[in-house]
Amino acid sequence: MSDDKKTSELSRRGFIKVSAAAMAAASSPMFFTKGAWAANEFRNNPGDASSVKFGFNVPQTGAYADEGADELRAYQLAVKHINGEGDGGMLNTMKPLSLKGNGILGKKLEYVTGDTQTKSDAARASAKRMIEKDGVVMITGGSSSGVAVAVQGLCQEMGVVFMAGLTHSNDTTGKDKRRYGFRHFFNAYMSGAALGPVLEKEMGKERRAYHLTADYTWGWTQEESIKNTTEALGWETVAAVRTPVGAGDFSQYITPVLNSGADVLILNHYGKDMINSLTQAVQFGLRDKQVNGKNFEIIVPLFSRLMAQGAGDNIKGILGSTNWHWSLQDDGSKAFVKSFWQEYGFPPSQAAQTCYVQALLYADAVERAGTFYPPEVIKTLEGHTFDGMGNGPTEYRAADHQCFKDVLVVRGNENPSSQFDLLKVEQIVPRSQVEYDPAIFGGDLGPYEV
Amino acid sequence: MSIPAIRNDWAVMAIFTVAVLTAPLWLAPIGANYPDLLQKFAIFGIFAIGFNILFGLTGYLSFGHAVFLGVGSYTAVWSFKLLTMNVLPAVVFGTLMGGVFAVLIGYVSLRRSGIYFSILTLAFAQMSYNLAYSVLTPITNGETGLQITMNDARILDGPVGDGLPSTTLFGLEMSGYSGFYFCATMLIIAFFISLRIFRSPFGLKLKAIKSNQTRMKYTGFNTRPYLLVAFVISGMFAGLAGSLMAITDPLAGAERMQWTASGEVVLMTILGGTGTLIGPLLGVGIIKYFENIFSALNEAGLHEFFAFMPDWLENIVVAVSSEFVGEGWHLTLGVLFMLVVIFLPGGVMEGIRRTTAVVRNLSKGPEKKAAESVGKE
Amino acid sequence: MDAIILQLLNGLDKGGAYALIALGLTLVFGTLGVVNFAHGALFMLGAFCAVSIQSLLTISKQVKDESITFFDAYKEQPYLEIWWGDTGTAIIDWAVPLSIFLAIPIMLLIGVAMERGLIRHFYKRPHAEQILVTFGLAIVIQEIVKSFFGANPIPTPSPEIVAGSANIGLLLGLGESVVYPWWRLVYLLFSGIVIFAVFAFLQFTTFGMVVRAGMQDRETVGLLGINVERRFTVVFGIAAVVAGLAGVMYAPILPPDYHMGMDFLVLSFVVVVVGGMGSLGGAVSAGFLLGILQSFASMTEVKSIIPGIDQIIIYLVAVVILLTRPRGLMGRKGVMED
Repeated sequence: MSDDKKTSELSRRGFIKVSAAAMAAASSPMFFTKGAWAANEFRNNPGDASSVKFGFNVPQTGAYADEGADELRAYQLAVKHINGEGDGGMLNTMKPLSLKGNGILGKKLEYVTGDTQTKSDAARASAKRMIEKDGVVMITGGSSSGVAVAVQGLCQEMGVVFMAGLTHSNDTTGKDKRRYGFRHFFNAYMSGAALGPVLEKEMGKERRAYHLTADYTWGWTQEESIKNTTEALGWETVAAVRTPVGAGDFSQYITPVLNSGADVLILNHYGKDMINSLTQAVQFGLRDKQVNGKNFEIIVPLFSRLMAQGAGDNIKGILGSTNWHWSLQDDGSKAFVKSFWQEYGFPPSQAAQTCYVQALLYADAVERAGTFYPPEVIKTLEGHTFDGMGNGPTEYRAADHQCFKDVLVVRGNENPSSQFDLLKVEQIVPRSQVEYDPAIFGGDLGPYEV
Repeated sequence: MSIPAIRNDWAVMAIFTVAVLTAPLWLAPIGANYPDLLQKFAIFGIFAIGFNILFGLTGYLSFGHAVFLGVGSYTAVWSFKLLTMNVLPAVVFGTLMGGVFAVLIGYVSLRRSGIYFSILTLAFAQMSYNLAYSVLTPITNGETGLQITMNDARILDGPVGDGLPSTTLFGLEMSGYSGFYFCATMLIIAFFISLRIFRSPFGLKLKAIKSNQTRMKYTGFNTRPYLLVAFVISGMFAGLAGSLMAITDPLAGAERMQWTASGEVVLMTILGGTGTLIGPLLGVGIIKYFENIFSALNEAGLHEFFAFMPDWLENIVVAVSSEFVGEGWHLTLGVLFMLVVIFLPGGVMEGIRRTTAVVRNLSKGPEKKAAESVGKE
Repeated sequence: MDAIILQLLNGLDKGGAYALIALGLTLVFGTLGVVNFAHGALFMLGAFCAVSIQSLLTISKQVKDESITFFDAYKEQPYLEIWWGDTGTAIIDWAVPLSIFLAIPIMLLIGVAMERGLIRHFYKRPHAEQILVTFGLAIVIQEIVKSFFGANPIPTPSPEIVAGSANIGLLLGLGESVVYPWWRLVYLLFSGIVIFAVFAFLQFTTFGMVVRAGMQDRETVGLLGINVERRFTVVFGIAAVVAGLAGVMYAPILPPDYHMGMDFLVLSFVVVVVGGMGSLGGAVSAGFLLGILQSFASMTEVKSIIPGIDQIIIYLVAVVILLTRPRGLMGRKGVMED
């Protein structure tokens, strides 16, 4: 039966006759074995149900709760637009577009939410609940690479597609990539590649860099990527010091920078760590310093507007990279910002944009594939090229499920016109410049059918 | 144990066994009957039962018990990576490794008592967590967590086919309901062991240590070996729980060892009723239920739930209650802790005891004395 | 040499914060016999006093921003600046130091309310129950703060005049490279003053004498016909104020978020226990000791010998001290051992 699934999905009667998707979840067979797939029956097949559910797995408690809340807002907006409510947002600009504004394959889109707590265990438990209890066809969200990798692995085992939220580590689509996992967000390698030329132009070829790196996997991959870029420019790496996650007070790591002879400080921190280390580095007078006859510079390779808010004035003039920013003037961004603003009264964050786009992309892929059958949806997404979603022409690379698109190099705005106007887009680095060979990170996607 | 009249251990075991095995049925009305949550109930049940053997019987409050849970998980995953996907070696090695760590940490920490003991265990746990998260990444895979991969050795299994292998018990896959029944079996065994300990002379000695250690010492009784045995047993329970976590979901993360995880089991035990046999399990049920079900409620769901009310009232009720669910589930948990401790110092078990006592008074009157003793044991 | 001086300053600074938090914690424990897991939340509330006052002072008028065309955006200008011009700007600039004066009564009120409403009913209860109820309270406070201020840290800068760094190298004749942020020096001085004030209060007032006597032997003090209850309330209030002040002044160093109390809680308990439960001097000296050790352990030279030492040093020291000195640095016999 696997050959006719494209056409038969809507008319074919499911194995379990159910009247609603929720019932399908509650009554799914007790020993759901993988063998069942052979007959084109798959986990959480909506069958004849009139509605279908997405699982939004976002941090609602803990340090990234604000990002999680913004992601959730974006998802709710996406659900509205897919169901044909509201002004349609990016559905008006997305190319190609198969969605018709009547849900997905005619089924009304519903959603359930869960709290990742930014912990792998909690995130997996919450994802499992959505899959086992609520019967979702797709999981999406998250604000940390550890969570993304953990949930992605789970989704592969369970045979449910995972559309990653904010995750920046190379590993997500590198050594830990999975057939069922897709990432729209950019990664550390791209940050490095995008920043390289700008750094060369701004700071020259003779610089001495000092890294402070969050002591966990994401920090390490970013440190490595940035180091590779800057050393290729001819910069010298004075030291790369690992700092404990959540250190709070970074003074004991910052003071050694003062006398190290370095003239650039690179902060491979994110979230609270970034806010604290940047605030404190500025307090220690690093930005007013002159070393080797040059102005001392600080670089934060991964920027986010919500984080910039926490750092206040300290962010001004500091270079970094970001996936997307609300001030972009392309049609997709404008449409999205407009409907988000109307709904909530403030502009969306980059986390919101990546999550919104991910939800739309999955829905559109299902519509095009004509089925919810995951292997078909995955094949439809692989190699898919699209435009009009805020990042210019974008491709979901088949080899590693990483989106390739332009990357923004941004600078903390010296003269913000409003409380949201914290980052200024310095340069839009074209996709060709940040591309790489998928083989460099290794990893194995695994099988379509699990 | 909610029926205090039961004195016969075998009857208790029989009721307990039936209750656990039929959990998927009677938990259905509150939406808690899906495999992952059932597994979590059983696993954390074992963890809390083990913790209760130490804290409930001896009064020694360990604030670092999660370290054994983490060690059990890591050991189990390594067993999957190096030996076989069969779960039995993972259970055995996980439990033993929990025991080994418990011997090391217990031997040092039990040299002190009171809060000094608590802080020593906390210190060991935080050291383990910090190292596992950072420096020991080659062994623990740090933030990402230790996972099985395609090219692991697995010397007993031979080459794998397509995709990642699953954990099995001689061919039976350990996910979903089969995973729950495996954990449930372990829980029943663990409960049985705990019951025997509570009733044994050894358990009695531990209780004596709790009530007055100094007096025990004056009578020439060396308490430390007994304490150490209790500590190691409870460490092995935690190791078992950790290995079961890895069995139902083959991933081990460092945050399992963080102090908040240790604190969680303390809270579960006190919330349910310290020193009672069944109390810790109730605590586990409540906290895990909140974490999984309450956190998932959102405003749309609340509107559905309160739809029977008039619109204006519905909006008010939803606005108020939405503060307590979804992202606010921590708030509910905090309020719950406070209410339980303020009004029911003995935890949920005391609530049950009081209720049954009231019921008994109403129906029988004079025979109430008999009801007092069992629950507290 | 320069590096060592800087790390020593870092350590003293960190130690100042640890000592202030631990001081209140041990004061409450020593007199009231209560293990207060909500103490971290008081520290956090202090920091949010600064945040609230800053946001009160910067209540703004929204001015339409013409530079953004495709939707309505607004710039904000604080009313204080509109009304008073430069004076208003200066007041906003000094928001954090100004908060101190407001934080004292506010924290005192919160402390008294907490003691009267909750803590006092737990004097006779087992420590485990005290821990659970105060932990629950801490979560509730946190969640309330989160629902008002969000989960992200909020920048609360120090006044412009102390925003930069002091070149103490030149002042002390050590060379140019020893620079240290003014605000951290202010914090160090401030923590010294507060610690001194608390000790002086306990040493030189009748009230303090009774409290000290209560720490030694609560029952006898009660038997002497002294109203211990009321004094307990005041002691708890003082502890809350000390924690709150530590929080206010720490806000420019660490932009406050709702979770910062929990982050400090475990650490401050370790500090209290290392110092010896119920010993004020112990808490202060352990605070500084651990702060300094933590700073030195983070030096690259040290880390290259023992990798990861900076992550575990505090706990390692705690273990060593508790094993060699059973009751911490200055603990008394019989406290918290049953």
